[in-house]
Amino acid sequence: MLLIRCPWCGDRAELEFRHCGEAHIVRPADPSAQSDAEWAEYLYLRENPRGWHRERWRHIHGCGRFFNALRHTGTDRFAATYRAEDPRPEIPE
Amino acid sequence: MSGRLPAGGRIDRTRPLRFTFDGRGYTGYAGDTLASALLANGVHLVGRSFKYHRPRGILSAGSEEPNALVEIDRGGGRREPNVRATMVPLVDGLVARSQNRWPSLRLDLASLAGLAAPLLPAGFYYKTFLGPGREAWHRRWEPLIRRMAGLGRAPDAPDPDRYANRYAHAEVLVIGAGPAGLDAAIAAAEQGGRVILCDEQAEMGGSLLADPAQWDRLAAMLATLRANPRVTLLPRTTAFHHGLQNFVSLAQVLDRPDGLRERLWQVRARRVVLATGAIERTIPFAGNDRPGVMLADAARTYAARYGVLPGRRVVASVAHDSGYDAAFTLQDAGETVAAILDLRADPARAAAAEARGITVLRGHGIVGTRGGLHVTGVRAAPLMEGGRPDPVRARDIACDLVLMAGGWTPTLHLLSQARGRLRWDEAADAFLPGDLPEGITCVGSCAGTEAGLPIRAIAAGAAPGAFIDHQNDVTAKDIALALREGFTSIEHVKRYTTNGMATDQGKTSNMLGLAVAAATLGRALPEVGLTTFRPPYTPVTFGTLAGRARGLDFEPIRRAPLHGWAEAQGAVFEPVGQWMRARYFPRAGEDMHAAVARECRAVRAAVGMLDASTLGKIEVTGPDAAEFLERTYVNAVHSLKPGRSRYALLLREDGFVFDDGIIARLAPDRFHVTTTTGGAARVLHMLEDYRQTEFPELRVWLTSTTEHWGVIALQGPRARDLLAPHVEGLDLSREAFPHMACGAARICGIPGLVFRASFTGELGFEVNVPAGHAPMVWERLWQDGQRLGVVAYGTEAMHVLRAEKGYVIVGQETDGTVTPDDLGYGWAIGKAKRDFVGKRSLARPDMQRTDRLQLVGLKPRDGRVPDEGAQLVVGEGPSQGHVTSAYDVAVLGLLRAGRSRMGETILATSLDGAPIPLEVVPPVFLDPKGERLHG
Ligand SMILES: [Zn+2]
Repeated sequence: MLLIRCPWCGDRAELEFRHCGEAHIVRPADPSAQSDAEWAEYLYLRENPRGWHRERWRHIHGCGRFFNALRHTGTDRFAATYRAEDPRPEIPE
Repeated sequence: MSGRLPAGGRIDRTRPLRFTFDGRGYTGYAGDTLASALLANGVHLVGRSFKYHRPRGILSAGSEEPNALVEIDRGGGRREPNVRATMVPLVDGLVARSQNRWPSLRLDLASLAGLAAPLLPAGFYYKTFLGPGREAWHRRWEPLIRRMAGLGRAPDAPDPDRYANRYAHAEVLVIGAGPAGLDAAIAAAEQGGRVILCDEQAEMGGSLLADPAQWDRLAAMLATLRANPRVTLLPRTTAFHHGLQNFVSLAQVLDRPDGLRERLWQVRARRVVLATGAIERTIPFAGNDRPGVMLADAARTYAARYGVLPGRRVVASVAHDSGYDAAFTLQDAGETVAAILDLRADPARAAAAEARGITVLRGHGIVGTRGGLHVTGVRAAPLMEGGRPDPVRARDIACDLVLMAGGWTPTLHLLSQARGRLRWDEAADAFLPGDLPEGITCVGSCAGTEAGLPIRAIAAGAAPGAFIDHQNDVTAKDIALALREGFTSIEHVKRYTTNGMATDQGKTSNMLGLAVAAATLGRALPEVGLTTFRPPYTPVTFGTLAGRARGLDFEPIRRAPLHGWAEAQGAVFEPVGQWMRARYFPRAGEDMHAAVARECRAVRAAVGMLDASTLGKIEVTGPDAAEFLERTYVNAVHSLKPGRSRYALLLREDGFVFDDGIIARLAPDRFHVTTTTGGAARVLHMLEDYRQTEFPELRVWLTSTTEHWGVIALQGPRARDLLAPHVEGLDLSREAFPHMACGAARICGIPGLVFRASFTGELGFEVNVPAGHAPMVWERLWQDGQRLGVVAYGTEAMHVLRAEKGYVIVGQETDGTVTPDDLGYGWAIGKAKRDFVGKRSLARPDMQRTDRLQLVGLKPRDGRVPDEGAQLVVGEGPSQGHVTSAYDVAVLGLLRAGRSRMGETILATSLDGAPIPLEVVPPVFLDPKGERLHG
């Protein structure tokens, strides 16, 4: 079980969290202006890297807040967790 | 014949212990394992093998044991199969039995008939399932194999013992208490941190236990550790899973007299020191599985640690110098060493052996072993070109013990689990730790041992019939067959032959199997690869994993506020998620069908009461509450006036129905939103997601009020007559409080909320009072309702009543691929809305197709009601949909282009009979005009 650092609460056990998919996907301000292809991309197309991945987590059994994380999908190492308003941390070497 | 030496060993000869094996009484000593005690009593034959029912003995002295699997019966539900006899500390009164034999261990008919051997070649299961053999499988093979194969008997009574778990933190966790682990633990303790040292054996010391010259040193090291209060020593504790960030799971066997059996430790350590040692390799000669054939170091351990001679006259097949140590120890203990057969041409220690008067045959191997239920001799022969012993030049050597010293495989299962890399080291002739993850070190022989004859050279001389995997009965021939049939990846070879897939996880077979594959393919060993190690390292009982989470503590049970009342009325409950809900309230002599029919009739004719407290409830407040709901739900919310509510649909962004309920506006900035019973948590999660991440500018707050409110649904034409006298501050008349009205009121004096809502098609109210007051309010209404013929109804009647009215249940009529329009619920969508979650998706071309599955009613034409889930078909064609709800009074289904097919007759598949003809009708079977609803 991983230890994950909630930006508000600190290190907590993985079972307090829920993974919520890729981060930084913004819902279009006017969905009706989107073509079918654009909308399908927004709905369904996701990065699936073996490597560093920016993703959303929610401290669902804690403070309840959503936050972002930079995690390596191969090693499960977290380089950083950060709030939505924080600058995006750099991808480690 | 007794194998117990007159003196020596670490057993306590002042404490004799009695035990039975297959019903016969024996005696051992405190400090024995079941295996050492059996050997001391001359018992070598302890089991029959998995596939071929071959007689098997004790191969090892540790957790790698593939053969000596026994049943331990401690009585009263405490019967455990597949226990390794080598890991069971002897206790007084122990009852053990052999497994997998019929009618008896010594006379096994399956083995005598040689039945199994030709039946089960490598890939048997795959060939049988893929080919025309599928039929034969059911008819012939499965019953036969079920009778013959398999290991052990599962216990048939609940386990009465208790299991505990504990979390722990440590600066250093040392796994393995052999010399390297003890050194590491002492060094770590000197740093001052918390240290946990665990070892799977009952006694700590590892290889030191088999070396009497080291016992004083061992005692001193253990004393040092015991004296340190920051050191936790855990014997009989197996580290079976090494997760990321050094989160390690340990299974500790306690066997406490108070019934506490085992404990699961979950340890998070800053640093983990792996001191897990190495496992000796077998040698692949024919008959290497006969009782009396043993790993060399195991024999040494039995002699030195337990004071047991596992034979009188030994022949050692040796490919590594450690075999000499074993032979010398046995010789010193009084055993005759008939010969050392060294596979190597020029072994360095041969001279030392010869100085002891031992015959060393250089460049020799074993052609085969002699004997029936126990080895009586070997056929020794010089090796030919390529490494196989030459049968023509073989000669017999009598013996009752054969040692195998094939070299050593470092035990790196845990490192592999923790995603450490293993690298092949040619000089060490083993996979060794490569890139170590942060916070892990490897010490002692798991970090590398001296090499003997390379395992690939040993494998090149393998006899076709030699056993590689003793537990799963995989031979060298099986591996060669898999390769001939084109399986070249070791992962495929493993699955095809099942090599290394038994409960011992191939501790003695993986490397040899790999080497046989490499030798057969003519490739270097690392090119063939290494199979992945997966947890658990050794089998872990379900009891340990479950801990206290069993029986009533398996999962929280949520009980609604009126649970007690329903229980007292004799309700039958059903689980709905974690909730227990009253399903129906049978009266004397009634079955479910009769009770539900009566409950439904009473609701339609008079009034019924339902505990609806499990409905999910979310209070949505704030100046932007209406805007937030407008953006998330399909409904028009801004136009909803305080004191009114709407049937509410929530879609996912992909346009499919996610949940339903009602949105009630209590005040301009306050809404009461209900969800399905099962959907409460996921709806709140989804709404929170949009609130926090998509619409953070909105001033709105979401609060779960599911458990705050107890909800009593009153449904039926007399519902108003029942409720009105108990309500103050709210006019419930038809004019003042129409369908979908809502408002605050005092109910039986308790401040609460009243909703005019119906999930039955009848005039209905849902009364919300704080949960603690719900039983009192229910009781008052119940007593008063007797004058009107009130019934309590359960979820089953609720389902029938709603289906009759054509009301859907999310998750029953929907399955994540259903749109509002598919349900005929397009009317719920606020037409003027610019956007809501899922709106754009509803405009995608596939969502607009006219041949989508649509909700319809289905009227049985021959009186038979179809099963829920039955496929809807026409003739021999493909499925056109399926039945979603089926009751005597109403059948609903999703049918391709269903709304355009009214009046058509289709067929529902039936598991036991002819297809059932159904007429396609509108999905509303009751009061289509809504006169009852608005009554
Ligand atoms: Zn938090």
